[in-house]
Amino acid sequence: MQSAKDLKEYRAELRESLDNEFLRKTLDTFAVAYRAGRANAFKGIDVKTLIAEIAQSKDEAAARMDELFEEFKKKAEAVGVTVHLAKDGDEANRIIGEIAQKSGCKKIVKSKSMTAEETLLNHHLEDIGLEVTETDLGEWIIQLRHEGPTHMVMPAIHLSRYQVADLFGDVTGKKQESDIEKLVKVARRELRRKYAEADMGISGANFCVAETGTIGIVTNEGNARLVTTLPRVHVALAGLDKLTPTLHDALRVIKALPKNATGQAITSYVTWITGANECKAAPDGKKEMHVVFLDNGRRALAKDPIFKEVLRCVRCGACANVCPVYRLVGGHKMGHIYIGAIGLILTYFFHGRDKARNLVQNCINCGACEDICAGGIHLPRLIKEIHARIQDEEGHPLKSVLLGKVLANRKLFHRLLKAARWAQAPVKEKNGYLRHLPMVFSKEQDFRALPAIADKAFRDLWPHLKPEVANPKHTVALFSGCVQDFVYPDQLAAAMRSFEGRDVAVDFPMDQSCCGLPAQMMGETKAARDVARQNIRAFEEGGAQYVLCSCASCASQLKHAYPKLLEGDKVWEPRARAFAEKVIDYSSFMHDVLKVEPKQFQDKGRKVTYHAPCHLCRGLGVKEAPRELMRTAGLDYQPCNEEEVCCGFGGTFSMKFPELSAQLLSKKLADAEATGAEELLTDCPGCIMQLRGGVEAAGLSIKVRHIAEAVAEQRKK
Amino acid sequence: MSERIELFKEKAKLVSALVSEVASMGEAFEYAMDLCEKKEACQLLMSGCGEAVSDPAKDLCDAKQRKVVAAPNLSEEDFAKLQALCAAKDFDCIREGMRKHLAGIDIGVTVCQGGIAETGSLMLESSDEEVRLATMVAEYHVAVLPKSAIQATSYDLESELAKRLGNGPSYTALITGASRTADIERVLALGVHGPLELHILLLEG
Ligand code: SF4
Ligand code: SF4
Repeated sequence: MQSAKDLKEYRAELRESLDNEFLRKTLDTFAVAYRAGRANAFKGIDVKTLIAEIAQSKDEAAARMDELFEEFKKKAEAVGVTVHLAKDGDEANRIIGEIAQKSGCKKIVKSKSMTAEETLLNHHLEDIGLEVTETDLGEWIIQLRHEGPTHMVMPAIHLSRYQVADLFGDVTGKKQESDIEKLVKVARRELRRKYAEADMGISGANFCVAETGTIGIVTNEGNARLVTTLPRVHVALAGLDKLTPTLHDALRVIKALPKNATGQAITSYVTWITGANECKAAPDGKKEMHVVFLDNGRRALAKDPIFKEVLRCVRCGACANVCPVYRLVGGHKMGHIYIGAIGLILTYFFHGRDKARNLVQNCINCGACEDICAGGIHLPRLIKEIHARIQDEEGHPLKSVLLGKVLANRKLFHRLLKAARWAQAPVKEKNGYLRHLPMVFSKEQDFRALPAIADKAFRDLWPHLKPEVANPKHTVALFSGCVQDFVYPDQLAAAMRSFEGRDVAVDFPMDQSCCGLPAQMMGETKAARDVARQNIRAFEEGGAQYVLCSCASCASQLKHAYPKLLEGDKVWEPRARAFAEKVIDYSSFMHDVLKVEPKQFQDKGRKVTYHAPCHLCRGLGVKEAPRELMRTAGLDYQPCNEEEVCCGFGGTFSMKFPELSAQLLSKKLADAEATGAEELLTDCPGCIMQLRGGVEAAGLSIKVRHIAEAVAEQRKK
Repeated sequence: MSERIELFKEKAKLVSALVSEVASMGEAFEYAMDLCEKKEACQLLMSGCGEAVSDPAKDLCDAKQRKVVAAPNLSEEDFAKLQALCAAKDFDCIREGMRKHLAGIDIGVTVCQGGIAETGSLMLESSDEEVRLATMVAEYHVAVLPKSAIQATSYDLESELAKRLGNGPSYTALITGASRTADIERVLALGVHGPLELHILLLEG
């Protein structure tokens, strides 16, 4: 659970996790195995369509939440179930406690329920003198250890078999071996007794089907079957978001959920319960059954135009499985009760700003979660929104306000950059890096060298570089982004060289500014909106066919964030959409538009490998173009391990969480070096800054370059 | 149809179910007898009797002295046949009173109402409490599934399932493979709360 008071304390907690080698290793192995398992499970299935269908049906259910509740209540009550509605966690806990007391229950067995974790139900039941036993193996283990879950689907993934053996030794009073199969049997045996003794069973519900008043429970262990069968009272606790109109909606989710969670086609058990079933332990031979629905902000959420999509979540845990930050620090640090990407969002709504404030900053915005989400939730965007919302509520920190102000005023921003060029002179080395980091950077930033600002910005070189093209076939306006403009102007020059002789007219609108992503990442939405308008205006004037952007982060900001930022604005939304249409990345332009061919390049066969920038491979969905471009250009491209995993840059993220950034970077460089390539190519100057800085600081030999530089050099002269 | 059956077999095997074909219920019963006989004599070894469990948990074991076969959802006639076979082998054969056997029984025999080829799943009507318990406390679950009841996908089974659920009270299970967990170090272990093995017998017709 998240308890840090401020970012400093939170960072100290993160460092603890980083030092936990077992955790790191487990999560690493898991992340790699998970990706393969999932891909295999979805083989032959049109995942995109399935996810889109789930999203649509969940959206419709959320819009009809109250109505579905009434329908479910009517149907379930007709077959002997009592249906309750709790406005918040406390009320849900109180209702359940009272059910137990009224029916004289003392011992409770529980099968896994995230909703019960959300309300901290066990604490309440224990406080009023009831004995509660979790029966899901992982949940039982963490209950015995008095911990919260570290993963939604695998709550005890952070523990080793030795820790479990010690724990079971305490529980049974006998020494235990660390053999996993034996430990599982010990649990089976110990828990069997608990089922036999219990008079109340509590379960969650993955689905509450309104048309029949049925609850559906998805498990592998089968404990839900015993929990809902043996005790004479059964209480199911479910969030209102579990209401679904028809059985079909539930079956559809089942097609995706287990595959996304663990790579299984389906779980061992899917249990459907309608009404008060036979129960031989009850005096009248019939189960006393209750369904308690929890609101806790869900009804308000369903009406929120931006955040309603979080109700699509089916709790598969996939967004944690692929999150590079979760992989480093685990769920106790990457969430409060709900973990991973969705946890960062839900914590704010279910557990409050205090718990969410630090967490929400710990997202590197790599998009891996959104790419895999079973509900098609735009997770990173919503995480940024929460960050912005918290700042709006609490007041923006000075740093962030200043950044917003500076970025929103292009002339001031560019003046400051030019001034910085002079200021850095004393610490600038010949090799282009800063010798000592300026005072504003802390010691922890040492894991990578930082580049100096270039002597001449691209905008100052432009008048000399501007090509004369007599009969242009394509017209292109370059969007440089701050880094290429002021730090790496060579990359843009190289891109232009690679167009030479192909009838491409190039323009560079001088009024363009920062893309606005840093402002948005810091929660400065207004500033991000201001620069968006400014850039759109600057590019509209020339009327080029393409806005070419050889920075992946900028490109995805221009293409996806601008229309969102200006949504609902009658004048600007259409302009933003038209602008976004024209945005294209360097590799796609070369490969898809210019359709370059091998005969135009030398065939030297230099060995290169590739880092796929998050904002290119997921943000823009460009996967094949850069790889084919490298091959076409005659380079000997050697794919590297985990090519699409984030390099750890994440803009301001690497400043805020240097320890995490450093870890991601060293993993990335190790994977690249392992290919034996001379050069590591990529197509985002942000990634280059990170990777090159890392190579320089670690003294490695591999050379980091923009793909445009390598391609330009390969051209036949 | 035969493609569907092949797919069912393939998918069920992927989740470590053991699939065989039988021509008649008689053959299915013989299969169950055989399985029960070959099963470790020290009952319920696999459910943890041999492990270092706490003293109260151990007490549950003492309740069981003989091998037990439970078959709660057979017709009168079929049950009588199975009972006769059990008597000859000196096994107990029961169709109710599962609550007295929570320590475990050896074999639970059931007839299933539906199958899903796409995932190798069984649909088992479990509104009868004895069926629920027999399939959970048994160490081995032997499920007889008529081939004709196998549908291609869960959607094809949907209307039948919806009808069952809509005429509640009703308790229906989709069962795919044996009970499993990967909660300790993500290592797969079968039979955590329910059966350690699932045997599916595909019945002609
Ligand atoms: S965007 Fe990346 S870092 Fe952020 S939550 Fe999603 S996976 Fe994790
Ligand atoms: S947000 Fe998406 S990926 Fe994450 S748990 Fe929910 S459905 Fe799964």
